[in-house]
Amino acid sequence: MGLKFELGWIDYAIMLIYFIFVLGIGWALKKYMKSASAFLEAGRSMPAWVAGLAFISTNLGALEVMGMTGSGAKYGMLTTHFYWIGAIPAMIFLALFMMPFYYGSKARSVPEYLKLRYDEKTRGLNAILFAVMTILASGISMYALALLMETVLGWNFHLSLMLSAVIVLGYTYLGGLSSAIYNEVLQFFIIVIGLLPIVFLSLKQVGGWSGLEHSLAPIVSAKGYAADTFTSTWKYTGAAKSNPLGVEWYGIAAGLGFVLSFGYWCTNFLIVQRAMAAESINAARKTPLIGAIPKMFIPFLIIVPGVVALVLMNDASTGFSIMVDGKANYDLTIIMLLKQYLPTGVLGLGITALLASFMSGMAGNVSAFNTVWTYDIYQSYIRPATGNKDADDKHYLKVGRLATIFGVVVSIAAAYLAGLFGNIMDFLQTIFSMINAPLFAVIFLGMFWKRTTGHAAFTGLLAGFLVALLHHGLTIPEGATTLVKGGWIGVVHTYPVEMAQNFWTAIFAFTTSASLTVILSLITKKIKSDDELIGLVYSMTPRSKVIVKEWYNRPVVLATIVGIICVILSIIFW
Amino acid sequence: MGLDIRFPIGLMFTIFGFILSIYGLFTNSNTEMYAKSLSININLWMGVFMLIFGSIMFYFAMKKVLKQKI
Repeated sequence: MGLKFELGWIDYAIMLIYFIFVLGIGWALKKYMKSASAFLEAGRSMPAWVAGLAFISTNLGALEVMGMTGSGAKYGMLTTHFYWIGAIPAMIFLALFMMPFYYGSKARSVPEYLKLRYDEKTRGLNAILFAVMTILASGISMYALALLMETVLGWNFHLSLMLSAVIVLGYTYLGGLSSAIYNEVLQFFIIVIGLLPIVFLSLKQVGGWSGLEHSLAPIVSAKGYAADTFTSTWKYTGAAKSNPLGVEWYGIAAGLGFVLSFGYWCTNFLIVQRAMAAESINAARKTPLIGAIPKMFIPFLIIVPGVVALVLMNDASTGFSIMVDGKANYDLTIIMLLKQYLPTGVLGLGITALLASFMSGMAGNVSAFNTVWTYDIYQSYIRPATGNKDADDKHYLKVGRLATIFGVVVSIAAAYLAGLFGNIMDFLQTIFSMINAPLFAVIFLGMFWKRTTGHAAFTGLLAGFLVALLHHGLTIPEGATTLVKGGWIGVVHTYPVEMAQNFWTAIFAFTTSASLTVILSLITKKIKSDDELIGLVYSMTPRSKVIVKEWYNRPVVLATIVGIICVILSIIFW
Repeated sequence: MGLDIRFPIGLMFTIFGFILSIYGLFTNSNTEMYAKSLSININLWMGVFMLIFGSIMFYFAMKKVLKQKI
């Protein structure tokens, strides 16, 4: 079966209409972009539901959608660990305990929080690592998008790359963060609605959930696992060997549920920025919780069709295959599902959903990059060096706009580099685990222990990053052939699967960073006075006395509801 | 920011819903085309669904505007 889609005029019409709306939103917001704050922080004016949907949509990039559907076919429902234990606890923690400090400190970015809480060098290190990471991520998105358009639509690779870059640049340049956020909300709905037909049709074909369990049994048994492994989540995590993830329950809980997820959801500025753009502190705290509700149900949209795909590819009569040049390419699962089930018309909608998810990934990265660049790199280092410290706001608005262009241009370069790497998802995660895990240790200690010092935080951050690199360099997942997967220093340990290696890289990085920060904090001098830490550290900040009237607007109530739903889902799919 | 995002969302999905419903009606007899989607006229179904979703979004956005004017 070829990869190419036969698109009709109606499919192109839907795509075109979507692009008009995307750019139109940017155009409509243009007149509000009068200050750097409006452009880079959305003027802190977003209603909670808008920020909440954008919060989750930023994370629903195409790499996520393609990777997770592929993982559904590879690991079955165990993939839901990335959505439930691997996201919900961290999102609740961010909302209840961390947002008051991120938002209340008036910091404009996560690196800036580090500057206020610790010192300049900690901020600098984080800002630079973050800037590099976001551009890399944006480049990878762009590469994958162009590759997809080439293979699926038959468009020229370079032209597709430029076209996607121009559209993303267009709306982020016009409307800044507001435009990115509003478009993420639009993207959220188009992704959900565009993928909905696949969920229904694929499940219908295998005879619903019970039919799926029934058809999976012989396939999963043949792989050497218990027959219901692919439709359960925790049941077979007693031993690493008995589940396809290759990780035990404590590895999942500690690696994914704690280190990776708290590192990602609580410190990644790309995500936190959406909540920081909310209109009030209460809205900012509600943002991750509102986002958590759709997050818990996204597995049914993207993982379940992946699990069904495993049945389809084992049944020759369906004609479904993800083989490319004799090798299974799991990232193509969702694409092949679109091709399998959607006739022209809804097919355009499905393709638009995929394009939308690519754009949300890119625009999210670009809008986070330009903020960090403008405030944490340009305003802090470059502008003072020119001797002109007090630049007016208009100047920073201009810098923010130029940074947007610069970000997109560097992303294009990164896109061409990204062509060298194989499994996109796992590689990205490796990078995240190296930067975010130590960062979480440092921010967490800073927020909840006033003794933590700047020198300790800086050293902890750097050491955590180096240990992560070292661990990655010394271990290798079984069967890896490229140095990108690890073992580039020498191999001391071999993990059964790459996922296990990533989990442990993050756990090592976090532990090193946390323990080193604690020890050094105790032996270095505390420079910031208690007064300077008000609003930045838990014990130094007076509890806010704001009473929210409606119960459904109280973060604690929302968090409880989210927590209960998550537990119920985990029990149902135990 | 003075833009109610429900307007563009409502408008876009109403347009999509309109296009797909009409297209679904016109292609209803094309069994070959809908063999893929298990003989379900998925265009019509999704079209109607989006039409309803888009109108609801649009309705709430309009309601707010009218309230503010009075």
